[in-house]
Amino acid sequence: MENKNKKSFLERMGESQVWKSIIRSGVPRSRRQRMQAILGSVFLHLHPARIPKHAVKIGYTWCMGGLSFFLFIVLTITGILLMFYYRPTVEYAYTDIIDMTEQVPLGIMRELHRWGAHAMVLTVWLHMLRVFMTGSYKPPREFNWGVGVLLMTLTLFLSFTGYLLPWDQLAIWAITVGTNMARAHPFIGHEGPGASLLAIGDINLVHAGSDVRFALLGGRFVGEASLLRFYVLHCIGVPFIVMILMAVHFWRIRKDGGISGPL
Amino acid sequence: MLQTFKDIIDILSAPTVSFTLLTIAFPFVFPPTDWFEKIHRKFGICRLWTKPGFYGGMIAITFFFVVGYFDPNFNITLTKADNFPIILMIYSMFIAIWWSMYQAYQNDDRLENGLKPMEYNDPDDKVLVWPDLVYIEFIALILFMVFLIVWSILVAAPLEEPANPAATPNPSKAPWYFLGLQEMLVYFDPWIAGIIFPIFIIIGMMAIPYMDINKKGDGYYSFKERRIGMFIFMYGWVVLWLFLIVIGTFFRGPNWNFFGPFEYWDAHKVVPLNNVNLSEYIWVKMLGTGMPTNILLREIIGFIVLIGYMGILPIILAKSWLKNYFQEIGPVRYTFLMLFGLSMLSLPIKMYMRWLFNLKYIIAIPEWFFNI
Repeated sequence: MENKNKKSFLERMGESQVWKSIIRSGVPRSRRQRMQAILGSVFLHLHPARIPKHAVKIGYTWCMGGLSFFLFIVLTITGILLMFYYRPTVEYAYTDIIDMTEQVPLGIMRELHRWGAHAMVLTVWLHMLRVFMTGSYKPPREFNWGVGVLLMTLTLFLSFTGYLLPWDQLAIWAITVGTNMARAHPFIGHEGPGASLLAIGDINLVHAGSDVRFALLGGRFVGEASLLRFYVLHCIGVPFIVMILMAVHFWRIRKDGGISGPL
Repeated sequence: MLQTFKDIIDILSAPTVSFTLLTIAFPFVFPPTDWFEKIHRKFGICRLWTKPGFYGGMIAITFFFVVGYFDPNFNITLTKADNFPIILMIYSMFIAIWWSMYQAYQNDDRLENGLKPMEYNDPDDKVLVWPDLVYIEFIALILFMVFLIVWSILVAAPLEEPANPAATPNPSKAPWYFLGLQEMLVYFDPWIAGIIFPIFIIIGMMAIPYMDINKKGDGYYSFKERRIGMFIFMYGWVVLWLFLIVIGTFFRGPNWNFFGPFEYWDAHKVVPLNNVNLSEYIWVKMLGTGMPTNILLREIIGFIVLIGYMGILPIILAKSWLKNYFQEIGPVRYTFLMLFGLSMLSLPIKMYMRWLFNLKYIIAIPEWFFNI
């Protein structure tokens, strides 16, 4: 009882100049401070300050959208660490992968990255299922559902481009099976319907050395150039688009009235 | 006893049998009309979405995997590190679907009795994000990170021999989440299974909110209010996407031949390739005149079937069975709904035509790479 006026360590820290300059509000105790803690932080103000009660129920949200975003961050961090060791060339790729587990201290970064990627596919799917089951795609959230579908597709594409990088048998044959589809693309794949129509006289414009598969692989088969292309797409190209779409996705959640709920 | 069980599972899991069973059972599990709903209630299928149903489902899945683990053949596919996500997928999707249907049925009852759904709270009665939500997010990500680290420590990421373009593994499989597409390749050419259908899936899914104009069931779990939309989506998602992944992972062996989960993957399994094109059926088998040299004449029946299915069938439906619905949603929505819906339906149709009549292509113009 006599300690009542004595301030705790946290409270004293919350009043220090350094803390105040960084966090802006003190230790959030009062209602006003708690709202300020959200509004005053660039990271937390993704959230509204107050939300409906059902929005904090795991049974309603499953937390899967948040976990997908979290996994994206985990994958970015582990990915950056992997990039220190990995060289995307046919000569080094495979041995670098082995070095990652055998030579690098705490060598589970590749495991975290790979299993995290699989897990992200699942969390994104579960998020989509939850949004469907609660009918949350209905107006005014139609557009954001569309953005979400694109994000899901890009998640799969991110995982797909990463599949090639270990440069083992699993990698090149999975990518070979996957990219073989591209050669059948109508008009722009050399074995697709309509491709032979794009010709000047006898000269085919779309052939094995100029079609969409060639553009994707940088060659007629999965080789050195494909490895580099997939590496660039995996590390920079696709994440760049994903980040833009994620920004839109999150922004639109707020603009469309926050989390869905019964009226 | 156990061997009999395994043999039965092997027979049941053949795509012809399992896909048929799933398709027939599906409207009774997710009843789209009153008639299905009546049988759904009468035979107690609705109990799947109660707690005993949950335990039953979990025990059945676990039993399947435990028996599989101790089976020398199934063990090989089951314990592959890269197949673990599919096991996770089967469990998590069952739990997720069960949980949403469990809540949906409770809400359906509440709505029938004139109550608000469970999720409803007084709009003025809000909670603060700090600490109520921020802490949940924090705990969720810590727990998930622990799970991920444990998984990463226990299971090494798979790494096979160095890439060798000269040695094709048999079977060569796409990454697991694309195995549904690879399974479609059995029935359609790559330009449809690998390009057109994926594009339709993406655009079709993006179009869902514009085609489904039912305003009910927004923001809470429900089934009855939107049962037709739910039925169509769940059929596409569970049967045509997830189940095809399961087939592609566990039931497809060398040369992409079917193998039951407890069967040995014999690379020399002989499967007769006796598929026949529709045009051969018409010109050679029925009319006995031999194939016409004009390509378009040769495939004329195929084109008529295709145009009839994609072009004329929707018009007939709009004038008869779906008349009220057509008037309700208008011509533009109806056209897109039919485009995506009939494309989706064409997959099971083609599968059955293959299984029943050994039909290879409806339109077969290999000269133009135009096979359907």
